[in-house]
Amino acid sequence: MLRIDSETCIGCGLCEQNCAFGAITVVDGCAQVADNCTLCGSCVDACEVGALSIEREDREKSADFGDWSGVWVFAEFRRGRLAPVAYELLGIGRQLADKRGAELSAVLVGNELGEAPQQLVGSGADRVYAADDQALADFTDDVYGNVLADLIREYKPEVVLAGATAIGRSFIPRVATMLGTGLTADCTELDIRAEDGALLQTRPAFGGNIMATIVCPHTRPQMATVRPLVMKPNVYDADRAGEIITVTPSKERLTSRVKVLRSVTEKSDQLNITEAVVVGAGGRGMGSEKGFALVHELAEALGGAVAASRAAVDSGWIPYPHQVGQTGKTVCPKLYITCGISGAIQHVVGMNSSDTIIAINKDPEAPIFNVATYGIVGDLFEVLPKLIEKIREKRD
Amino acid sequence: MKIIVCVKQVPDAKDVRLDPVTNTLARDGVQSIMNPYDRHALEEAVRLKEEHGGSVTVLSMGPPQTETTLREAIACGADEAVLVSDRAFAGADTWATTYTLAKAIEKVGGCDLVLCGKQAIDGDTAQVGPGLAERLDIPYITCVRKVTDCESGLIRVERLMDDGYDEVELPLPALLTVVKEINEPRIASLKGKMRSKKAEVLMLTASEIGADPAAVGLKGSTTQVVRVFSPEARGDREILTGSVDEQVAHLMSRLEKIL
Repeated sequence: MLRIDSETCIGCGLCEQNCAFGAITVVDGCAQVADNCTLCGSCVDACEVGALSIEREDREKSADFGDWSGVWVFAEFRRGRLAPVAYELLGIGRQLADKRGAELSAVLVGNELGEAPQQLVGSGADRVYAADDQALADFTDDVYGNVLADLIREYKPEVVLAGATAIGRSFIPRVATMLGTGLTADCTELDIRAEDGALLQTRPAFGGNIMATIVCPHTRPQMATVRPLVMKPNVYDADRAGEIITVTPSKERLTSRVKVLRSVTEKSDQLNITEAVVVGAGGRGMGSEKGFALVHELAEALGGAVAASRAAVDSGWIPYPHQVGQTGKTVCPKLYITCGISGAIQHVVGMNSSDTIIAINKDPEAPIFNVATYGIVGDLFEVLPKLIEKIREKRD
Repeated sequence: MKIIVCVKQVPDAKDVRLDPVTNTLARDGVQSIMNPYDRHALEEAVRLKEEHGGSVTVLSMGPPQTETTLREAIACGADEAVLVSDRAFAGADTWATTYTLAKAIEKVGGCDLVLCGKQAIDGDTAQVGPGLAERLDIPYITCVRKVTDCESGLIRVERLMDDGYDEVELPLPALLTVVKEINEPRIASLKGKMRSKKAEVLMLTASEIGADPAAVGLKGSTTQVVRVFSPEARGDREILTGSVDEQVAHLMSRLEKIL
């Protein structure tokens, strides 16, 4: 329950302004809370006079967590290679493990793993649990989940991280449910709380308009999926030593209820936009499919991927997997260049955590200029060809 | 085939934004809408019903005003609506939410297929679908972009992956979460709107679904929000001026470090 101390409340309305759910209103100089309050705590933080508090019935101190130690990362492996996010997880995992004075392990699940276990050791893992089986060649939620959950039950790590990729975000929620523990999705910051060693998991909500820090106080392990391209990998050290443990799950645990009939890679010449370091994005302002070709040229010159606003996708200039925004993908590259995108909030929520944003648009009033690091007001068809030429010159 | 579609009422994202001056959330009368992904789940359920027969029930956990969203779902083709609503549910994380939804599904007698949107646009966790499937002990597929076949107790779908798609087959009962690409949701018909006005929304409380009071809402949650804050505001913004050549030259010098 959200408690409002009517004596202390001065009716200033800060809580009302900060509630994303519209659940608080100030009536006759005092805040009132409605049924749709989600107890997110925004108002408690916003209140300058301390009139608001969330009543938590304290749970009994849960079982001793002394048995649980170590940081684990799920190292995603698909089509013969480790996903880039696996290295990033080892980067942040190493920092967390060092802060806890614990070991860092990687769980590797797949078929024909080749050099991948050694690569994980060289990238920071002290130990690698490797399950290599034909039944693991294709990704299925239940079998990948069985293998990871069984290992967690056996070895009791304190923290388990996975990439917030299509695979991670699909099967990790099942693992957390199997284990009866908490999971935080799509984290962009992780840290250890000094007092008690708890994992502080920070993530954007409302498409990045607010940030929330979340803990998992009563259960172990503490689990999080981590947004790709946010964490820094460790420097690779080919001489680093580590232990590789072969895991052989039972046949029963490797039997899936789901049959993968075929697995298709779409257009390998086009980079996956969520993994790209540089993204060129086009919107309605490109005018036509022919005009949109300039965005492809720009991305090619930059060695980056092509993204689009919903308007461009709906016009049929580019397929849906390239759409960024509320109903498309969320990206956070180092550089995001928008061409002819007005900057509707539905698009902005999918890209506003990019490091540097450049906007090119002919309308100086376009809201895209509010989120752009650098803006150019001008005609795309004059600016882009010149920019592409300069980029090519520089990269040659 | 009995289909249950899980829907959530969410604040419209375009109403929730950061005030660039005060760096606080600015809202101009937040509108509540049906989570956009759930619209696609509902549409797919109605299409499956039209092709294979059966019924579509929409299910939501939320405050009483969620009823408007459920009536909208009926107008768009759902047959029945169930709202589990109780003050005890407030503050539920995905763990407590999947418990509550699973209890509600049990209460209404289960189903052959559960459809959910890929994620809700307020929390963006994408965890409820998979968690609910595990609670119900049924197989699931996330990010479905196409249902290619559904017969003799098997459903065949295409799931979106980061590098392409997988075509998979699974037995019913099952749960699917869907992406926007799967279909174009219909607009409510006049007849549908008439029906939605008269339809009854079944309201169930925590005790009516037989939920353990310790397992729902904030109390039943495994995660706890300890801080909510505004992201750091972007540094100085710069509009590059001059002729086209000058603008491009300015930009190239700014990009020096990045490229």
